[in-house]
Amino acid sequence: MPILTYREALNRAMTEEMEKDPNIFLMGEEVGHYEGAYKVSQGMLAKFGERRVIDTPISENGFAGVGIGAAMVGLRPIIEFMTWNFSLVAIDQIINSAAKMNYMSAGQFPIPIVFRGAGGAGGRLAAQHSQSFESWYAHIPGLKVIAPYTPADAYGLLKTSILDNNPTIFIESEVLYGTKGEVPTGEFYIPMGKADVKREGTQLTIISWSRALMYVLPAAEKLAKEGISVEVVDIRSIRPLDEEAILASVRKTNRALIVEEGWNVAGFGAQLAYLVQKEAFDYLDAPVERVTQEDVPMPYAANLEKASLPSEEKIIQKVREMIK
Amino acid sequence: MSQPKTKKDTQDLHELYRQMLLIRRFEEAAAKSYSMGKIGGFCHLYIGQEAVGVGAIAALEERDYIVSTYRDHGHALARGLEPKSLMAELFGKKTGIAKGNGGSMHFFDKTKNFMGGHGIVGGHISLAAGIAYASKYRQDGAVTLCFFGEGAANIGSFHEGMNLAAIWKLPLVMICENNHYAMGTPEYRALSVKDVSVRAAAYDIARDHIEGDEVRKVRDHVQFAIDRARRGEGPTLMEISTYRFRGHSMSDPAKYRTKEELEKYKQGDPLIKAEKELLQCGWSREELDGLSDSIQSIVDDSLNFAEKSEEPPLGWLHKHVYAENI
Ligand SMILES: Cc1ncc(C[n+]2csc(CCOP(=O)(O)OP(=O)(O)O)c2C)c(N)n1
Repeated sequence: MPILTYREALNRAMTEEMEKDPNIFLMGEEVGHYEGAYKVSQGMLAKFGERRVIDTPISENGFAGVGIGAAMVGLRPIIEFMTWNFSLVAIDQIINSAAKMNYMSAGQFPIPIVFRGAGGAGGRLAAQHSQSFESWYAHIPGLKVIAPYTPADAYGLLKTSILDNNPTIFIESEVLYGTKGEVPTGEFYIPMGKADVKREGTQLTIISWSRALMYVLPAAEKLAKEGISVEVVDIRSIRPLDEEAILASVRKTNRALIVEEGWNVAGFGAQLAYLVQKEAFDYLDAPVERVTQEDVPMPYAANLEKASLPSEEKIIQKVREMIK
Repeated sequence: MSQPKTKKDTQDLHELYRQMLLIRRFEEAAAKSYSMGKIGGFCHLYIGQEAVGVGAIAALEERDYIVSTYRDHGHALARGLEPKSLMAELFGKKTGIAKGNGGSMHFFDKTKNFMGGHGIVGGHISLAAGIAYASKYRQDGAVTLCFFGEGAANIGSFHEGMNLAAIWKLPLVMICENNHYAMGTPEYRALSVKDVSVRAAAYDIARDHIEGDEVRKVRDHVQFAIDRARRGEGPTLMEISTYRFRGHSMSDPAKYRTKEELEKYKQGDPLIKAEKELLQCGWSREELDGLSDSIQSIVDDSLNFAEKSEEPPLGWLHKHVYAENI
C-alpha cells in the first residue's frame, strides 16, 4: 500500500474529485500561486488553472459568502481557510447562511460546500492561532463536522465531504499535515457518521478524534504494558456522530474517557459524556471522565503550552484513577 | 416638438403601476393581518419604496438572479412570485413559498431565481457576489441584482463583497435603496458619505445615483447597469434614493422622524406619480379603478388561501435540516 502524508492524501482527494466534476473549484487565500499556506493544494493551479484554483484577497467573510452563493446555484466550492482561527470572521456566513439556507428555503437551496483548512493546536503559535473549533461548529444544525486523524481517513472523508450536498466543516490538524500513513490505492469513500476503532481493548474506552489521538494511542500502548487494556474509538465524524460504535465499545469495556484537544466548558466531550451516561448508564463501572485542554487561551511558553494540552501522562494518570 | 403620450406609449408604465399597486395592497393586507396576530415575527414593509424594486426588476431577464434583504415582499412580488404562496408563508402555512420555514424575511423561489430574503444586514452581499461568480464561471450570461439598505453599506461584508466583485469583474448590480434610516438611525449619523454610490470609486467600478420615485426612470438606469454587467464590463454600485412610509418594521412607531418629513415624502409617492401620468396619457379613472379592484381581489384571494391553508405538519420539524445526497 502506498504511504502518503496527510497533506498528500487531502490533495489527492481534491484532485480526483475536481477531475471528475467541473462544478468543483477550490478557493481561498494562497491556494493557487503559493500552492497553499500548508501546501495542501500543491500542483493544483498548474493542473486546473486559475479558473478553478482561485486566490482570494484576505476577506474570509467575503469569500465564504461567495462560495455559499455559488453553491446556491449548483457549483460545489471547496473553500480553504488558511486556518480555522480566521474562519471566525466568516462564522456569520457559515452559520447564518450556509447552515440554514436549505432549511429556510424548505429544501430549495442545498449548499454543497466544503470549508476546510488547518485547525487545532500548533507549535507555540499562542492564543490566536492555536485553537480547536470542532465544538463550535458541531453546535449548529445544518452543518456536518469532520476531523480525521490518519491520511487514509483524511482522503476518504474529504472525498465524501466533497460529494455531500450539505455544508461540511472539514477540520484538518495543522500538526498532522506531515504525518504519514498507508492509503490504499484506488478510490474509496469513507461514510460520514462512522467511527473507527483504532485499537481494541477490554477495560476502558477512550473516545477521541484528530490530533488528540497522537497522545491517546501511545498512552494506550504504555497502559497495555501495565496490564490495562484500553480500546480507542476515533469518532472521525463529529456530526453526524456514530453513537452506536461509541456505545457498543462502552458497553463492552464499562468505562469511558473522552480526550479532546479543545476546551472543557461546553466542549463536544460534554455531549459525548451525556450520550454515554444516558444510553449506557447501567454498564458504567466508573463515572465518565474527560481530559481536555486547560481552560485558558493557549500560552506561548513551551512548558505552559504543553501543560495546557492533553498529554500521554495526563491520559495515563486519568485511566489509572478510573481503573482503580 | 414631442407628441403627447398615448395609452399605447404607456402600456409599460401601466404594467409597472399594476405591480406597484399589488405590492402596496398586499402589504396593507399583511399589516392588517399582522395587527390581528395572524402574522408573527418581524414584518418589514416596503410601502413607499415600490418604484425601486419594480423598476429594477423590470430590467431583468428570466435567467437573471435577485438577492434581497429581510424587506423582501416587494422584490418577491415584482419578480412574479405567487402572492398566495407569499401570504401563506407570512401566515406560517405549509403552502408557503418556503413551506412555513422562512416567514417574512426569508422568501425563496428557485423557479424564479429569487435567491432569498436574508436577515443579517449586509450578509447577503457576498452571496450575491457568489451567484454572479457562478455565472461568470459558467459563462451563462446571467446578471445578479442585489438589493440592500444604506445601513448595510457600513458592514465589512459590503466592502469585501464589493472588492471581490470588482477584482473579478462580476456581473453584479448592487442597488442601495437608501430610505435614509437604518431602523432608527438616520443616515447622517452612520454614513461617512452622503451618497453610498460614491464608494464605487474605492473599488474602481461604475456608479449611478437617482431618485427612486419614478418607476420607468429606475428601470432605465438599472437597465444600463445590467447591460454593462452582461457585456462583461463588471459591477455597478447604484444608490436609489427612496423613503419608507411605515416604521422599520411593524413594531416600530417611527418616532425618530417628524410628521412634516413624512408628509413631504408622501408628496412623491411613486404610485401617485405613476397614476397621474397614466391619467394624463389617456387612461381613464374607471380603468384604473378596475385595475385596483382586480388587484384587491388577488390580495383577498391570497388572504383566503393563507387563512384556509394548514399549518405544516409537526413531522416536518426535522425536514430540510440536511439535504439528501443522491
Ligand atoms: C448584522 C446585523 N446587525 C443588526 C441587525 C438588526 N437590524 C435589522 S435591519 C437593521 C437596519 C438596516 O437598515 P438598512 O440597511 O438601511 O435597510 P432598511 O431597513 O432601511 O431597508 C438593523 C440594525 C441585523 N439584522 N443584522
